Amino acid sequence: MRAIGRLVRRMGLLVQRGRFRSELEEEMRFHREEMEREIEAGGVNGAEARRAARRRFGNETRVRERSQEVVGFQFETVAQDLRFAVRQLRRNKGFTVTAVVTLALGICASVAIFAIVDAALIRPLPYREPSRLVSLYEAISVGPQFHISWPDYLDWKRMNKSFDALDIYATRSYMEKTPQGVQMVDGVDVSDGLFKTLGVTPALGRDFRTGEDLASAPRTVILSYGAWQKRYGGRKDVLGQTVTLNGELNTIIGVLPREFHFVPAEPAEFWATIHDTRSERGSHNFLGVARMKKGVGLEQAAADMKTVTAQLERQYPDTNRGRGSTVLSLTEVIRGDVRPVLVMLLCGAALLLLIACVNVVSLLLTRAENRRREIAVRGALGASRVRLMRQFVTEGLLLVATGSVVGATLAAVALRAAEDLVPADMLARMPYLAGMRMSGHVLLFTAGIVVLAGIVFGIAPVLRMPESVSNESLNDGGRTAAGTGWKRFGSKLVVVELATAVVLLVSAGLLGKSFYRLLHVETGMRAEHLATAMISLPRAQYAKDDQIQLLTKNLLERVERLPGVASAGIVSDLPVGSGDGMTAVQVVGNPELHKNDEIVARFASPGYFSALGARLREGRYFTEEDEMTKLPVVVINQTMARWYFASGQAIGQQIKAWDKPPARVIGVIDDIREGPLELEVRPAFYLPSSAGPDPGFGLVVRTELEEELLPALSAAIHELDPGIAVYAESTMSGKIHDSPSATIHRGSAWLVGGFAATALLLGVVGLYGVIAYSVSQRTREIGVRMALGAGRGRVMKMVMREAGWLTVMGIAAGLACSVVAATMMRGLLFGVSAWDGSTLIAVAVVLGGAALAASAIPARRAASVDPMEALRAE
Amino acid sequence: MTKRAELLPGTLDMLILRTLERGPLHGYGIALSIRRISEDVLTVEEGSLYPALQRSLLEGWVKAEWGKTETNRRARFYTLTPEGHRQLGVEMSEFEQMIAAIGRVLAGSQAG
Repeated sequence: MRAIGRLVRRMGLLVQRGRFRSELEEEMRFHREEMEREIEAGGVNGAEARRAARRRFGNETRVRERSQEVVGFQFETVAQDLRFAVRQLRRNKGFTVTAVVTLALGICASVAIFAIVDAALIRPLPYREPSRLVSLYEAISVGPQFHISWPDYLDWKRMNKSFDALDIYATRSYMEKTPQGVQMVDGVDVSDGLFKTLGVTPALGRDFRTGEDLASAPRTVILSYGAWQKRYGGRKDVLGQTVTLNGELNTIIGVLPREFHFVPAEPAEFWATIHDTRSERGSHNFLGVARMKKGVGLEQAAADMKTVTAQLERQYPDTNRGRGSTVLSLTEVIRGDVRPVLVMLLCGAALLLLIACVNVVSLLLTRAENRRREIAVRGALGASRVRLMRQFVTEGLLLVATGSVVGATLAAVALRAAEDLVPADMLARMPYLAGMRMSGHVLLFTAGIVVLAGIVFGIAPVLRMPESVSNESLNDGGRTAAGTGWKRFGSKLVVVELATAVVLLVSAGLLGKSFYRLLHVETGMRAEHLATAMISLPRAQYAKDDQIQLLTKNLLERVERLPGVASAGIVSDLPVGSGDGMTAVQVVGNPELHKNDEIVARFASPGYFSALGARLREGRYFTEEDEMTKLPVVVINQTMARWYFASGQAIGQQIKAWDKPPARVIGVIDDIREGPLELEVRPAFYLPSSAGPDPGFGLVVRTELEEELLPALSAAIHELDPGIAVYAESTMSGKIHDSPSATIHRGSAWLVGGFAATALLLGVVGLYGVIAYSVSQRTREIGVRMALGAGRGRVMKMVMREAGWLTVMGIAAGLACSVVAATMMRGLLFGVSAWDGSTLIAVAVVLGGAALAASAIPARRAASVDPMEALRAE
Repeated sequence: MTKRAELLPGTLDMLILRTLERGPLHGYGIALSIRRISEDVLTVEEGSLYPALQRSLLEGWVKAEWGKTETNRRARFYTLTPEGHRQLGVEMSEFEQMIAAIGRVLAGSQAG
């Protein structure tokens, strides 16, 4: 009760601050005047009386202050402390700038990385109740995530008991006819209810209606927001317009919301309904997405789907034997890939922030030590211990506040810049990155780390405040003991700093090495001087195999006549791609061997291998004759030879794939990386392209020109037929360099490298600070030592030993932590073990060398102390 | 902080409340009254008086209102509240207990 009364009265005073002050003033003036009168009455004259009264009254300001302290919330004194702190920091510009820049760097890195984490992992996905959405696949012996067939989809939809809705989609490349020629555009074929299942309503126009995915329905298409902006300038009258995709007229009926993305199918500009890709039960083209009923969990849904697929296995043993299903959370599917990288980056940023804080705290503490005399003086003049402490805390908080504002601003600027820096194709694959900004989450996070840093900065100086403010502190005698105390604490901090720097350096080293290994992974070809492109023939004109074969023959001849071209070849799918396009094969005479393992299948022209620079191990490549005679032959890679045949026995064996006649193995080549760089090479076989002509294929050209050739290449092909789409033109080196895995490795290596460089700098500066401070405090001791005959070399050695000890402890602790950290990020490494000795040694050497250099400066200064001067100065 | 021993620590509030028991007074009056009654032994430092008054106001032991002195000057007069009266009782009994205890210790040490 009383406390409440007190609070109410205090609040009253707070709002009437001005009145309180003027009343107090008046009251005190009255008091002083009465006092003057009293003294005057005692026979003292006016001026004298006034002086006497004032003397007795004491320091008026002080009285006023203390009265205000009693009633106020100490705002006044806080403001005072703040003013004083600003003065202090301004007087010491070097210190202030160092501290603020260090903190700002740490905070900027953390905030910027967190903004990415927020965009990619935290912000809810742009669907209604995303936690109820699951991704569906068929599970077969090779792996759990394979495509679903159209009839299976219909049965799943009908038979399941766990889902409110179930839909499917398939990514497509459409050939779009434009006035400029034929272009390839990315799109998705979906079943009619996909957007309803996701809970997404078009921003403009309408969603697909039920039945719009029937073959008889008129063709309609929904645009992505990006496509609407880019192709139609965001005009509203786009609805009802038509677009020609794969030679078919499609009516635009809607535009998706700006924030919509569906990572499993991105990049996609056109969303059409499934019309012609549906097929029989044995043909698997689709991936599924479903919304679980309220209260149904993942396990329950998976168990339900197991019942469904088991029943289908019994019902259709020919096509469905061994085909189960996989149910994964859609959120997990979308975010699972990037989570480890981002978590690692966030940890890196957090370590950098830690090292920055430690650095500034130790700077602050050094200063606190240097200000012992000032504190003692102020204490002697009447400042209370609490008040002095508050002064230090205020200074610390002021630094944190300034550092945070600068850091957060830098982060905001960096994020703005990152929007333009993120490569377009990366953005297409990770559309959520467009959401990187200072969102509410990010601001909250920023506030969190600022408060945390504030607490650290508030507490540290208090812990180290001199225990008693006594007269002893006033003379220099008190310094030695305090100096020792600080040294012990400060050196602990510097060990933490160095250890953190080691962890970051090792991580950066491992990531950099992974990236290098990835780029220099054995690809099985000569990647330099190789131009590539994807070609797509309009299906209407090239419906027959003969037409395709004639065109490819002409195309290769035309390309090989181009200046600068040495040779050219075509293949059904380019190396360093997705690695899809697999089938199971049987060895004639041993049909059970790896019967259910799907391996990579490619169709290649006779010139393909030599153009690519593949290496033949045994036998020979295809020849024109093989194409002419149509004798079934096959070239296999080494892994396949190892899997299926005894060493050296592959040539002459026969294998059978699909319903084609058995083909005789005529050659074994070194493994070519067909899939992503970081994946293990699978067995692969190459059939002559005449064995499976397809209107879509890749072109490889061996040339001295590389990049300059690309436009000419496209022009030459269009000369043959302007209706042919040429796309994804790139050099092979570019393809390797910009492959998704290389991009992720490069990005994380650069970022962590940046963190590590900063950490190295901060750690070494921290060490320098500690040693320099120690030397300055020991000047007298050093003087005495030298006066007693210690040589300069010996003094230098003494200082270096101190620094060396700290460095060794820091590096040792850091290396131990690094191995743990590296083990945790093992999944992100490629071709490097967490125990990579050379990286660990290199980091130890780099940090040790830098630390040595940093401590050599104060050590030299110590050695150049003039003993006479040092002793006199004290 | 330098502390003069004019006043036993913690007794200022009690002295103020006791002084106000005899009727409303302004700050100067309180200081004067304490000095006079103690026959110049106790001097209330103004630097302590006003903070103490503010504290008492906050605790609700006294009320303050502006009025006129005999010489017709504006001054703030402090009045004891019932709560302040109770507080005075508490503080006085505590103080007496302490004085008695100190007395016993002094007497005891003399005897021993």
